[in-house]
Amino acid sequence: MGFNKVRASASEACEGITSGMTLMVGGFGLCGIPENCINELVKMGVKDLTCISNNAGVDDFGLGLLLQQKQVKKMISSYVGENAEFERQMLSGELEVELIPQGTLATRCMAAGYGMPVVYTPAGVGTEVAEGKEVREFKGKKYLMEEAFDADFALVKAWKGDAMGNLVFRSTARNFNPMMAMAGKITIVEVEELVPLGALDPDHIHTPGIYVHRIFQGVNYEKRIEQRTVRQRI
Amino acid sequence: MAWDKIGIAKRIAQEVQDGTYVNLGIGIPTLVANYIPEGMEVELQSENGILGMGPFPFEGEEDADLINAGKQTVTLRDGSSIFDSAMSFGMIRAQKVDLTILGAMEVSENGDIANWKVPGKMVKGMGGAMDLVASAKNIIVAMQHCDKAGNSKLLPQCSLPLTGIHCIKKVVTDLGVFDIRDGAFHLVELAPDVTLEEVVAKTEGKLVV
Repeated sequence: MGFNKVRASASEACEGITSGMTLMVGGFGLCGIPENCINELVKMGVKDLTCISNNAGVDDFGLGLLLQQKQVKKMISSYVGENAEFERQMLSGELEVELIPQGTLATRCMAAGYGMPVVYTPAGVGTEVAEGKEVREFKGKKYLMEEAFDADFALVKAWKGDAMGNLVFRSTARNFNPMMAMAGKITIVEVEELVPLGALDPDHIHTPGIYVHRIFQGVNYEKRIEQRTVRQRI
Repeated sequence: MAWDKIGIAKRIAQEVQDGTYVNLGIGIPTLVANYIPEGMEVELQSENGILGMGPFPFEGEEDADLINAGKQTVTLRDGSSIFDSAMSFGMIRAQKVDLTILGAMEVSENGDIANWKVPGKMVKGMGGAMDLVASAKNIIVAMQHCDKAGNSKLLPQCSLPLTGIHCIKKVVTDLGVFDIRDGAFHLVELAPDVTLEEVVAKTEGKLVV
């Protein structure tokens, strides 16, 4: 049997995800999101999900697809609302939203992957983010105690990966993916290219395979651009 | 003639030091990159994981995997590096980034800033703003002096939910440049053709001339 991490498809890889679970979903905006896994969750129809993800997609792409099917109970994000359905559900109270600072989000994932129960960060001291949280002073500066996240599954997108689960990300599609890969109780990774063992230089691996439980080669990547900005050739 | 958005950006660009790492927020701060003097070495940090961010790509060269924190397609300069979000905020928290420039809805005379939430309106979130203002060594705010209704945005106390406390050192508005220290806005410079009377009338917080 060995490590047996490779899965043939998104549907095999997403086995075991059920309604009510907490999922981490990688990506920043629409950049570096696990497109195949999200599509699979829509197909599976799992509901009442808590999603930890920096953003919530747009109406017809990314996590917006789950919102449209009313599969999300709660979003934990730093910046949301690029889509109308999200706004409607949030204002009507159907969707619970917890907004937290972006660095706090990243660091709470990191803490989980490093086996630390809490971290201290100055982000949010003196603001409503601090309500109900322990404040401690170190060397004259105040910090909030923030707990490591606890997620049933992490859904991650990488550029290349191998059968041992070693991962390489590409450009800013890296973003939250490496620390979420480290933080999931079960981490599912979709890659653009599943390469043979030995093809990745061990010195160039961003996430070591020990953090990865399942890996599969994704298909039909759309990689939509949210804000296409260009300059004129002179 | 008070400063327009480009005027504010050009004035802030004069504050940027050679050989520094700078994080630019969305809006006027983004424009600052266009006016950094020739020959100066400044490395732009984007909190989604870039040091050495370059200009927008030429048409046809956009890369969906390469965006800035405003989700716009960008390019990388020679000597750039890419990292994950935890490290990005790690370098911000550890004060490796020398200067942060961002917009605001309100700033108070003791350096508090509010820029993420208007109660009763759709709340989109603070993104990386709370992390940046809580840790940056030096923060400059770029904003209009008054809101659209004509109310001063330089206040004794912020009325909106705070993003951070006691953190803003300098504000550049359409009317002038102000340093914040000792619980007051200290006028450093008036924008062209702006009178002291106008600044006094439009600054609700304590103003030192």
